[in-house]
Amino acid sequence: MTASTIILATSETADSADYSQLALLTIFILSVFLGFEVISKVSAILHTPLMSGANAIHGIVLVGAILVTANATTAVEIVIGTLAIVLAAINLVGGFVVTDRMLEMFKSKPGEGDKK
Amino acid sequence: MSETPLWVQLANLLAAVLFILTLKGLSHPRTARRGVMLGALGAAIATVVVFFSGIPYKNLLIILIALVVGSVIGWIAAKRVAMTQMPQMVALFNGVGGGAAALVSIIEYLESGGENRAFLVATVFTVVIGSVSFSGSIVTFLKLQELITTRPVVLPGGKYITILVAAATVAAAVWLVIAPATWLLVTLLALALLFGILFVLPVGGADVPIVISLLNAFTGLSVAAGGYVLGNVLLIVAGTLVGASGTLLTKLMAEAMGRPLTGTLFGAFNASATAAGGPDGDRPVKSGSAQDVAIMLGYANKVILVPGYGLAVAQAQGTLRELAEELEAKGIEVDYAIHPVAGRMPGHMNVLLAEANVPYEQLKEMEEVNPEFADTDVALVVGANDVVNPAAKTDTSAPIYGMPILDVNNAKQVVFLKRSMRPGFAGITNELLYDPKTTLLFGDAKASLTDVVTAVKEV
Repeated sequence: MTASTIILATSETADSADYSQLALLTIFILSVFLGFEVISKVSAILHTPLMSGANAIHGIVLVGAILVTANATTAVEIVIGTLAIVLAAINLVGGFVVTDRMLEMFKSKPGEGDKK
Repeated sequence: MSETPLWVQLANLLAAVLFILTLKGLSHPRTARRGVMLGALGAAIATVVVFFSGIPYKNLLIILIALVVGSVIGWIAAKRVAMTQMPQMVALFNGVGGGAAALVSIIEYLESGGENRAFLVATVFTVVIGSVSFSGSIVTFLKLQELITTRPVVLPGGKYITILVAAATVAAAVWLVIAPATWLLVTLLALALLFGILFVLPVGGADVPIVISLLNAFTGLSVAAGGYVLGNVLLIVAGTLVGASGTLLTKLMAEAMGRPLTGTLFGAFNASATAAGGPDGDRPVKSGSAQDVAIMLGYANKVILVPGYGLAVAQAQGTLRELAEELEAKGIEVDYAIHPVAGRMPGHMNVLLAEANVPYEQLKEMEEVNPEFADTDVALVVGANDVVNPAAKTDTSAPIYGMPILDVNNAKQVVFLKRSMRPGFAGITNELLYDPKTTLLFGDAKASLTDVVTAVKEV
């Protein structure tokens, strides 16, 4: 069911049918609940790495930057698009690397203290 | 645009699932690292398959160059940054992400001419929120890097300027949806950037990490709206996940610090000069030498170490651990008291001490350690200030009022290792410094600790 929803939703045309708009809205609403649910039991010591990890995930706007730049027609658009790709890539790559570095500090505790 | 192949769409679905697993994994210490790996994998998959999604290849070379340049910058910045400066690095990464989302929507607007009302609304949303996140994060970065003052900045009439700019931003946004024009979009962009700056400037002290988290959620939402404009489901899912989880995380953080979230959110609107400096400077304090401190510590039965940001800045975590080991060798009970926002962010100090190989079991969280101060002989505060400031409990006018603190003042003796009498990040005086049972040892945390360790060995 989800797969078919997504296929309908990604039919790219800007004048897409109402159903596609509705599918996008559905995905949006469900994602809101999922976002709340998935981190609801996080322990305080992981607040910073979690924020940093979430920060890395929204770097996926890189995909959007690549899409619009590939379809860009004027010089101005290409320049803006290139800048967007650079910024998004910094966010995506830097975000994941810095999160991993934070978590690296927690590993290799010989005692392997289960939970705080 | 041409049709996206089915396998590309399935790959995007896989990436979306991997992002969900990333957040899930990051909620538990044991699965956190694996979660980040999965997220990076998802990001890599999505970035590769987008080139097979039927896009025209005319700008391919410049796209690939930009991709490599950005990745290298991000990689190097993330690898080079000192752990102490990590919060501002996260702020910066968040800001550029928000900026990228705004730019993406601007290009899409220029391409499509904004004929579709629903997309126009989403475009305006992305531009506004993305820009606020961008400029707000830059100001946060400057504050944490201490390139500008860390105190709340209150401009004369700042409240009215902020309200005016906010109103102008909304007006421009509405106007743009009704009558799309490029100059209006540029105006909106400028107004939103300005609002981002005004929004963050009055925030100071303990509220800064909360703002970073909030702006993180903002960027997520702007990415989701950008995904809607582009009809890209992956962006919608990823952006919304971050927006929702980021909002919840902001709330959790605010609760952990005892800060009312509305105070942070609307600080810009009701900023009444709270920079209560108070008359200080020439009041008497008791300062001692490293030997004095060593004697106090050496004859104690129980010592609690309270590490703060100053410790991290001086890179003295290792020396502090040495001191702890030295004291334990003398049969003294030693614990570390970790305030939830010790350092600059929740969990920051845990990361810094783990880096210095301090045993995990000795790190005690605030609720656990607070009752223990009463039968503690010496509380040694190294480079911390706001998190032990009793004003948070007693002074309703203090900017940190209501923030839970470590009850260091209950210990029989208190020792502060401080660089100077300069107030902490929140910019308020700490009465505890003038308490008769408090001894101050001035100097760089690392140098002072090294002296104390040497002196303890001789006690």
